[in-house]
Amino acid sequence: MGLVVSAIAFLFAVAVVGAAAKRLPQAPTVVYGGTAAACALIALWAALRLAGGGADADLVLPVGLPWIQAHLRADALSAVFLIVVNLGGITASLFGWGYERAHHESHGASQDGPVLPLYPLFLAGMNMVLIAADAFTFLLSWEFMSLASWLLVLSTHRDPETPKAAHLYLLMASFGTACLLLAFGVLATAHGDYSFAAIRAHAPAAGAAALVVALILLGAGSKAGLVPLHVWLPLAHPAAPSHVSALMSGVMTKVAVYAMIRVLFDLLGEPEWWWGGVTMGFGALTAVMGVLYALMQDDVKRLLAYSTVENIGAIVIALGLALVFKAAHTPVIAALALAAALLHVVNHSLFKSLLFFAAGAMLTATGSRDLNRLGGLIHRMPTTAVLALIGAAAISALPPLNGFVGEWLLFQAILNAPALSEWSLKIEIAVVGAALALATALAGACFVRLYGIAFLGRPRSRAAAEAVEVGRAMRLGMAVPAVLCVVLGVLPTPLIRLFEPALRLLVEAGPFDGRAYQPWFWLAPTSAIGNSYNGLIMLVVIALLSVVLVLGIHRKASDRVRWSIPWGCGFDGPDPAAVTQYTASSFGQPIRRAFGSTVFRARDHVDMPAPGDTRPARLSVTWTDPAWVVVVEPLARAVGWLAEKANRLQFLTIRRYLTLIFLALVVLLVMVAVTQR
Amino acid sequence: MSDLGYDAAHMLGAVVLLMSFALLYQRRLFSLLNVFTLQALALTATAAWQAYSHGEPHLYITALLTLVLKAILIPVALHRIIVKMKIHRTIEPALGIGLTMVAGVSLVTLSILLVLPVTADATALTRENLALSLSVVLLGLLMMISRRNAVSQVVGFMSIENGLILAAVGAAGMPLVVEMSVAFSVMVAFIIFGIFLFHIRERFDTLDMQKIESFRGESD
Repeated sequence: MGLVVSAIAFLFAVAVVGAAAKRLPQAPTVVYGGTAAACALIALWAALRLAGGGADADLVLPVGLPWIQAHLRADALSAVFLIVVNLGGITASLFGWGYERAHHESHGASQDGPVLPLYPLFLAGMNMVLIAADAFTFLLSWEFMSLASWLLVLSTHRDPETPKAAHLYLLMASFGTACLLLAFGVLATAHGDYSFAAIRAHAPAAGAAALVVALILLGAGSKAGLVPLHVWLPLAHPAAPSHVSALMSGVMTKVAVYAMIRVLFDLLGEPEWWWGGVTMGFGALTAVMGVLYALMQDDVKRLLAYSTVENIGAIVIALGLALVFKAAHTPVIAALALAAALLHVVNHSLFKSLLFFAAGAMLTATGSRDLNRLGGLIHRMPTTAVLALIGAAAISALPPLNGFVGEWLLFQAILNAPALSEWSLKIEIAVVGAALALATALAGACFVRLYGIAFLGRPRSRAAAEAVEVGRAMRLGMAVPAVLCVVLGVLPTPLIRLFEPALRLLVEAGPFDGRAYQPWFWLAPTSAIGNSYNGLIMLVVIALLSVVLVLGIHRKASDRVRWSIPWGCGFDGPDPAAVTQYTASSFGQPIRRAFGSTVFRARDHVDMPAPGDTRPARLSVTWTDPAWVVVVEPLARAVGWLAEKANRLQFLTIRRYLTLIFLALVVLLVMVAVTQR
Repeated sequence: MSDLGYDAAHMLGAVVLLMSFALLYQRRLFSLLNVFTLQALALTATAAWQAYSHGEPHLYITALLTLVLKAILIPVALHRIIVKMKIHRTIEPALGIGLTMVAGVSLVTLSILLVLPVTADATALTRENLALSLSVVLLGLLMMISRRNAVSQVVGFMSIENGLILAAVGAAGMPLVVEMSVAFSVMVAFIIFGIFLFHIRERFDTLDMQKIESFRGESD
């Protein structure tokens, strides 16, 4: 435990070096190298602890409020998330080092705000949240993490969109922290002790517990991006530099998931069945809405951010299922669902980091994140293209990659729903399963669109036509998560075994309990259906089929004499921008028509010139975000109104201020006098 | 402790409180200063009596400091300031005298209700003393907000300090350093207030806070 704290302290020290970046030319290397080293140390420590059974490690630091101190504790659950966070930290540091250098070369002296001093602080904040063991330390670290990431978002403040995104982010982050603050307040009311150990020992009453569940779903959910509290996420995440976007999307949302698990499974004691039902419902809404949003985006990084919303939905569905099964006293199935959640947490952190890195590589190479200005990059950036393909296939849940295993496990848990006794839950889980299947399929379409438009076809702009492959550090930063995606997809069982201490801690069972034969290459969880998955067989079959397919195409199609048309119909122009080919919007149009016209009120407007008129016809698409209309605008109005009212307090006379202080003092004294008797 | 010691200490503390009430209804600046002097004298007597009855000689230093600073130096200096600056010598209360007195009485009630249960395990004298000094502090605050004149606000501030010292001499074991620092902070505050008043006077030609507030350009 001392090791983790020292590593976090080291991150702070590295941040100091980063603050002196103007004077130290070696500062980026020191910052990213130091951060990667500290992250590697923590991840290794966590993995070794988990492998050794995941015993608790405690530490009490004599800092903070004098009579409270800072309680730190790393149990099995913390260790799982420490691995996720720090693995993301390592790859992001690797990629960020190359990314920053490439940007420095192309843009000269950076006009942007400082990233170097804040980047290690952001990682330190996330690590602190994971090892906090009392409400004060937790909230302090949480807010530290939020503010560090907020400042990182603001580092691109010259972009006109950024200040708006940052403002919204700050608003939602404050809202989320306020909800968590209230939740911990309710949890600690009965005994006044804010340490997690005390909260765990005193289960709250039913009403208070319901309140806490609602507040946690609001507070941690707004950070994770649960619909309808997700509005800030697709604005703020893409605004940061790409490696920070990867951390925010791939890792920080997982810290929010950690907060949900910590409170719902650990601190609140025995769950009630409806908690899981509500959680699952929000998860399903989030998954479907997130992917529908993603399908309508033309901005690569924003598309990825919306896809994060979708994946968080899937994770939250798994959490809800685990709660339901825990409440129904079928701990083995609960462990299965929770294993699916944790596995998907790891998976998503891997492939979302990978895809954000790929977006960063495209941005470095072409200077654009607009899908309609990319295209044909597979010829110019072959390594990035292959790695991005692995990421896109993994996030679309294609076997034998890790995304498939996570979703497969989740569906195994869903298929166990008939064992429940509550009829409403049985029906809800069927609906949720259908929604998840829909979301998964749409995610496939979404990433076919992303990959097809960005990497295939012909370049849509001069910049895309002249793109060059990115440097070695950036490619290595992408290769590490890509390799892990494949390895975890083929051999998921060792990882789930590694996580078993966390599952035993939370639901008191493992997903493999009661099965005699459990080889390490075979994933066969205990469930009523008895399905199993073997990544190795899958890999071999898919490889064989691919070889047969490629050979077949080569033999049958490529050898033929090819006829080409004399007029390219606009497809053969010298100007890449004028080439007629599928655009991102036209690829998304069928799905936008099918779903968007009701959910988003998406409308196509065709401006057709009259016959004889030579101006071009124009097609424009408009859509409105329901979450924006229902949640953000009223909220923003309310906050604005309150701020207007509170603003008057800025302009009182000194005697009025004294009066206010005096009245506050008297009221407090009266409260003490009343409560003392 | 003898009954006499208790009674005398109690009575002197009550005199300090009484003077706080007297401060609240003064309509003229000079009489305000006189009452403030009386309060400081009562405080001196309290400190000296505590020093005598408890046999704690360092409280004599407190008494001496209070006497020199609060009963002599500050009133005389304020007197000179008022004469020199030709300050209008009536006090315009922001809150009616009657209402102020009612508020004051309720504040005293509040402090007694507050202090007595909280300090159930302390000695009787400490409890009474704490209740009295809390009342003096609250009345000083009340005076600061219920007067428009800057000089009377300064006096209100000083009487808050008196309340603190009353608490300090009543609670046995208060180290001398604390009292010294309180005394010196009062001195410093007084100097700052003096300079402040001169500057206000130079700049705005008045010490009526209500008129000064209109110069801020942003207030009501």
